[in-house]
Amino acid sequence: MTGTFLFQAVIYLSAAVVCVPIAKRFGLSSVLGYLFAGIIIGPYLLKFIGEEGEDILHFAEFGVVMMLFLIGLEIEPKAFWKMKKTILGMGGSQVVLTTLLSFGLLSVMGYSWQSGLSIAMALSLSSTAIVLQTLKEKNLMDTVYGASSFSILLFQDIIVIPMLAVIPLFSTAAASVSGGHEGGHPSFLDNLPVGLRTVFVLLSVVCVVLAGRYLFVPLLRVVALTRLRELFSASALLIVIAIAYLMELVGLSPALGAFLGGVVLATSEFKHELESNLEPFKGLLLGLFFIAVGASINFGMILDNPVEITLLVVGVITLKGVVLYIVASIFRIKMDQKLLIVVGLSQVGEFAFVLLSFANQLGIFSKERLDLFLVITAISMTLTPLLAIFNEHVILPKIGTKESEEKPPMDTIEKKNKVILVGFGHFGSTIGRFLRANGVESTILDHDSSRVDLLRKMGFEVYYGDAMREDLLESAGAGDAKILISAIDDPDATLRMVEVLQHNYPDLTLLVRAKSRVDAYQLLNAGVTHIYRETLDTSVRVAEDALHFLGHRKYTTLRQAQNFKKYDEDSLRRLADKVLNSDEYIFKAREEIAQQEALLKEDLERGQLSDEDTSWDSESMRNRINAGKSAGS
Amino acid sequence: MTLKKILIVFAHPRYEQSRTNRALIEGVKRMDGVTVQDLYEWYPNFNIDIFIEKDLLKHHDLIVWHHPLYWYSCPPLLKQWIDMVLEFGWAYGPEGNALEGKQVFNVLTAGGTKEVYCEKGRNHYTIREFLRPFEQTARLCSMEYLPPFAVMGTHRLSEEQLATYVRQYQELLRSLQKNELEIPDTDNCQFINDLPALQNLQEK
Repeated sequence: MTGTFLFQAVIYLSAAVVCVPIAKRFGLSSVLGYLFAGIIIGPYLLKFIGEEGEDILHFAEFGVVMMLFLIGLEIEPKAFWKMKKTILGMGGSQVVLTTLLSFGLLSVMGYSWQSGLSIAMALSLSSTAIVLQTLKEKNLMDTVYGASSFSILLFQDIIVIPMLAVIPLFSTAAASVSGGHEGGHPSFLDNLPVGLRTVFVLLSVVCVVLAGRYLFVPLLRVVALTRLRELFSASALLIVIAIAYLMELVGLSPALGAFLGGVVLATSEFKHELESNLEPFKGLLLGLFFIAVGASINFGMILDNPVEITLLVVGVITLKGVVLYIVASIFRIKMDQKLLIVVGLSQVGEFAFVLLSFANQLGIFSKERLDLFLVITAISMTLTPLLAIFNEHVILPKIGTKESEEKPPMDTIEKKNKVILVGFGHFGSTIGRFLRANGVESTILDHDSSRVDLLRKMGFEVYYGDAMREDLLESAGAGDAKILISAIDDPDATLRMVEVLQHNYPDLTLLVRAKSRVDAYQLLNAGVTHIYRETLDTSVRVAEDALHFLGHRKYTTLRQAQNFKKYDEDSLRRLADKVLNSDEYIFKAREEIAQQEALLKEDLERGQLSDEDTSWDSESMRNRINAGKSAGS
Repeated sequence: MTLKKILIVFAHPRYEQSRTNRALIEGVKRMDGVTVQDLYEWYPNFNIDIFIEKDLLKHHDLIVWHHPLYWYSCPPLLKQWIDMVLEFGWAYGPEGNALEGKQVFNVLTAGGTKEVYCEKGRNHYTIREFLRPFEQTARLCSMEYLPPFAVMGTHRLSEEQLATYVRQYQELLRSLQKNELEIPDTDNCQFINDLPALQNLQEK
């Protein structure tokens, strides 16, 4: 059953909207919800989508592309270098062992070495999409399980590049089919000799790296200057899509190109802004991808050879699980974490779709074989969340108490500062400089890209972005920071950010700059305790100097100024309540005047400050002693 | 009998780097009935809140001026505190009897040893002589001045010696709270450390 684009959109979206909440309701990951949504609307149940399922899978792979771009963004070369041991060690041994073992088994089963090796490579990869999604949802990224899984997946995502580069070399042996492409990705590489193809593959990788550095960043800077958020989202999408297109043009996996592009942009000042712009697209497209995986499971094929497929699925999952168990044991991971890794990464991942289709296009194996392994991949992906539930509810409780969670012994990828400084204009920069002079580095957020650029050259950790956005605050580390200093110029923006922060991070200490008294009232009423009116100290200092020029002694004036500021702060807190209930609240200008009136009245009632200051006051002492004497005598 | 309440008025301009004072303050700050008022933390700009300080004094029976000895006296903020808080007409002078009957003494740390603080030593005068202004301040406010508790030779103090001083400080405050300490004629007692009750502690 086909239909218009809108009809399709309605089907997909409603399947997601119905199934995912149900899955979540039962404590399952959203991935499972999407997969079942796909199965239900797929050609074997409700038949809402049929033949086009495969095209949709192809389109939905774009979610994977987007995800890899974002993963790339997370990986700063420096942090990556620090994690090299886990990534290379765990990831490397997992991929090599799995590939060798499956290659051996497939050879025994009578596969030619070319098809055996390319299938074995595809099987060694796990699903970054499923695992990362689950880890994020369950908030397990900081555990040993999370960090190890991430390392292994990272290695797999990278190793796909050489795999894709190597697979064309196998096709010489099966050259009979060269030139004909079934999948329908017209690629001008098809007509080139194999050696040249590999050269082109490498060239396009270099191309992405260079473009990232010398084309995208300047482009983003220009776009940022326009201060139009939607234009920035458009550019972010453009970058990812352009890379994907280039990769497809040369017959490479778009996902890898995107990953590379992400890595290149990870060190740019737009990292966080790109992240937060692409995140919603990624989520949606990944959902679509999972639905498509569910829909593309060929139940017809399963019904035709139930035994063979069951055996293969069980075999693949077992083999991957055993290898993961061995690798995790080598790295001395505790039992419960080890089992989580074994179950979590035992599926065949989305890259298998890419690798297998690629090998099939090159004529390394037949369409039937491709379908068979695509089905196995899809089933293993569907089984993962189910196995995880079984593991968590049946196996883990049996191996005793869950060993206490320790901080992961391996390197964590991000360094987080304890202080986040929002706004680095005249006000914020002074704060940042003084903190730095005291050895405190802060993470700085600013929405002026030219300033961000300059500051980065000066060695500050500065990120470009609009600090009102929850996702940007999150990626800047608001969850781990101790203090957030708001030095934003715009009072309304400040207030909105404060609301977001208080809602999401109740433990974060907020130090907030306020422009005026009225802004300070609003902040006070919003529950902020540490408020700094930017004009209070300076204006009092001007008055102090004026008094000095009139002949007042400096120390006395200083003490009066200190007292004055104290009274002023007190009255601020006292009057804040009244302001909230006042009808005039809406009219800021009128409110300012009313406030000044109230303040002046208070000052009058209190009288001169010096009247109550008796410290070192020999005059009043003399008066009292003399008064006492005259009274006594 | 109710315990006496103790207020430690503490002044150290570089507390974070003072090994001895950190150990002493850490040792007593959580004791029952003991309040530590960290002046340099509360009033970094010397703008002492007289109202709060007077209120604190009113609610305590025994006051400790705890400070390092700088140039034979206390750090400037403690002097500022004395200047501003012990007001004429409140702490002394006509009707100035707010502190009457309360006890007070100095707890001090000094780099030099006891030997250099005597007529023949490098500093020529004894600690008691240098502390005369505090003693007289107490007297003018009708307070009872007790001999000082001094930790001398802080530069060469071993960890064990420091720990003993901390135990002595705790024990001293505890017995003062319970009013158990027999204090001999103040003038003849150089240091409150020398009392047998605290000396026994050292042997342990």
